[in-house]
Amino acid sequence: MKFTKSTLAVTAAFAAIGLSTQAQAGATLDAVVNKGFVQCGVSDGLPGFSYTDASGQYRGIDVDVCRAVAAAVFGDANKVRFSPLTAKERFTALQSGEVDILSRNTTWTSSRDAGMGLNFAGVNYYDGQGFLVSKRLGVKSARELDGAAVCTQSGTTTELNLSDYFRANGMKYTPVNFDKSDETVKALEAGRCDVLTSDQSQLYAQRIKLAKPDDYMVLPEVISKEPLGPVVRQGDDEWFNIVRWTLFAMINAEELGVTSKNVEQEAKDSKKPDVRRLLGADGEYGKDLKLPKDWAVQIVKQVGNYGEAFERNVGMESELKIARGQNALWNKGGLQYAPPVR
Amino acid sequence: MQKRASAPPSRGSILTDPKIRGWVFQVLAVLTVAGFGWYLFQNTQTNLAQRGITSGFAFLNNTAGFGILQSLIEYTETDTYARVFVIGLLNTLLVSFLGIVFATILGFIIGIARLSPNWLISRLAAVYIEIFRNIPPLLQIFFWYFAVLRAMPSPRQSIVFFDTVFLNIRGLYLPAPSATGAYPAFIASVVIAVIVCIVISRWARALREATGQPFPVLVTCISLLVAMPAFTIVVFGNPFVWTLPELRGFNFVGGMAIIPELVALTFALTLYTAAFIAENVRSGIQAVSHGQTEAARSLGLRPGHTLRLVIIPQALRVIIPPLTSQYLNLAKNSSLAAAIGYPDLVSLFAGTVLNQTGQAIETIAITMSVYLAISLSISMIMNWYNKRIALVER
Repeated sequence: MKFTKSTLAVTAAFAAIGLSTQAQAGATLDAVVNKGFVQCGVSDGLPGFSYTDASGQYRGIDVDVCRAVAAAVFGDANKVRFSPLTAKERFTALQSGEVDILSRNTTWTSSRDAGMGLNFAGVNYYDGQGFLVSKRLGVKSARELDGAAVCTQSGTTTELNLSDYFRANGMKYTPVNFDKSDETVKALEAGRCDVLTSDQSQLYAQRIKLAKPDDYMVLPEVISKEPLGPVVRQGDDEWFNIVRWTLFAMINAEELGVTSKNVEQEAKDSKKPDVRRLLGADGEYGKDLKLPKDWAVQIVKQVGNYGEAFERNVGMESELKIARGQNALWNKGGLQYAPPVR
Repeated sequence: MQKRASAPPSRGSILTDPKIRGWVFQVLAVLTVAGFGWYLFQNTQTNLAQRGITSGFAFLNNTAGFGILQSLIEYTETDTYARVFVIGLLNTLLVSFLGIVFATILGFIIGIARLSPNWLISRLAAVYIEIFRNIPPLLQIFFWYFAVLRAMPSPRQSIVFFDTVFLNIRGLYLPAPSATGAYPAFIASVVIAVIVCIVISRWARALREATGQPFPVLVTCISLLVAMPAFTIVVFGNPFVWTLPELRGFNFVGGMAIIPELVALTFALTLYTAAFIAENVRSGIQAVSHGQTEAARSLGLRPGHTLRLVIIPQALRVIIPPLTSQYLNLAKNSSLAAAIGYPDLVSLFAGTVLNQTGQAIETIAITMSVYLAISLSISMIMNWYNKRIALVER
């Protein structure tokens, strides 16, 4: 009797510190199917990437990755629940099993990939770190920032890149770190710091949050490589494959000219072998992924292809108006490239 | 187990012997607790390894690589995480120390004011206590940081005092002293003056107890503390040179900077805790029976002397134990620093370092043990002081 009691206590204790979920292959998909939705960790409010619109709906390019996974697994892009996480909370939330996917403008680095029990499923946005300054300072280049006070969000790779850049150029700076990105924006506006540094995409997003966006500018220098992508727990290859190929399906769909408008037509009538395989008309590629046959059709129909998601959230159709640049397809001068479905 | 007068009645079996049974259950309890601890440790290790999460304390020797807003000791980005830990710890201790000193002074003043026969003073003290005691400390920190200190001007429009002190949104910039050749002689003279003062005050007390003769200790000591260092300055020259802060480029360079995060945190913690201390002081003083005051007055002591020599020494016995828990609260509340970006232990070590290394269990365990150690040290010092001032029964 005593033994059972103590075993129970131990199990309870471990459930409490979040180590009871087993990282076995297949466990995540089973759990997701059982509970009926995907739990997705997103940013705590970053226009274009993940934010809630006026009607309380989550929107953004990171949000769309999670919606696409839900569309692939359930055939319903709305079977997602979102957990807004700060930069500091995000990895613990994923490691402990609180979220199934972390899609929160997270930079792919070796230490996160290898040392923290995580796997990056791909890159949904190629970014780089930049600087946002007030035009009143009269600064034209980051090289003129010697002695400046710089606001950053703590617990991010930006803190390290910032220090590397200033050291490499023999310049000094005063770091002012806040937990939330909104606080860094407020601090810049109040004049607590001269410069705000973050990934360039975020700078554009933060700039439109300022009271007078036109008084501020993003400096031309990009001081780092920031490949951002969705992250899953290490050790569950099946779930990893699903997330990775959901992203690839969106990119492939754009490359093959499949859009949310023509996807059902294409699925029925297309003669192109690549399109037929992607949309499940030929072969059993969904089955390999333990997904329904029409997984890619559902993704593109409900969420759109990569290009559509990009334009809608951060591109020319959005407030941010970020050019495709590095995020164009590989055959259009960018870096977005997906292996084929076959 | 109490020993019986006669030989314990034999019950024929060790199973029923209360002494042995007591031992067995105690050993079992210890084994269960230890086994549970070991199981937790082992399970955590296995799970971490299984998930490919790095564990262990080797990360402390890795290069930190990020900048820190305020460090009391030398720090560059190439230093290790271990040094970041020390900096965070010192910043936590600094704000706790400042908070404790100011809260004690303010708390005593308000507590005594609360008992003042003057209606206005006692009402004002009551209003202060009720307001600051009943607003959560985090909101008070936000108030000072976002509402008050954010209203300061930009560096170029700094408020200037005497051309040497500058106040702006980035902080308070003061001239910083740096030592010259005359510094050792200056410090030596101060130390000697303090020692002489202690000797004189002991001697004066002995004199008073033996003969009843008063000796002006305070005046003598102040003159000594002024005269001796002044003499060394005349002989050896100025012990310090002052470097003035100066606006260069974006910010002030040189001098000493007190960052607004530290000021906001110290203000909020001081005002919040002082309200509680004031109540402790009031209750302590009220615990001393009124007869003591009447007796002192009938002996001809003046009101000031009555308070200082009769009431407060007795009130302290009641004040010290709850005062200790206020100090502990203040030290623990200092971890709210993370909310406004003051680089304390929680924000630096359990924040940035945790994130960059990903070793949550280790960093959190270290941070928790540090707060435990700080709290236990405060308790120990206060208990020692409490024992020292306890009423000696004769």
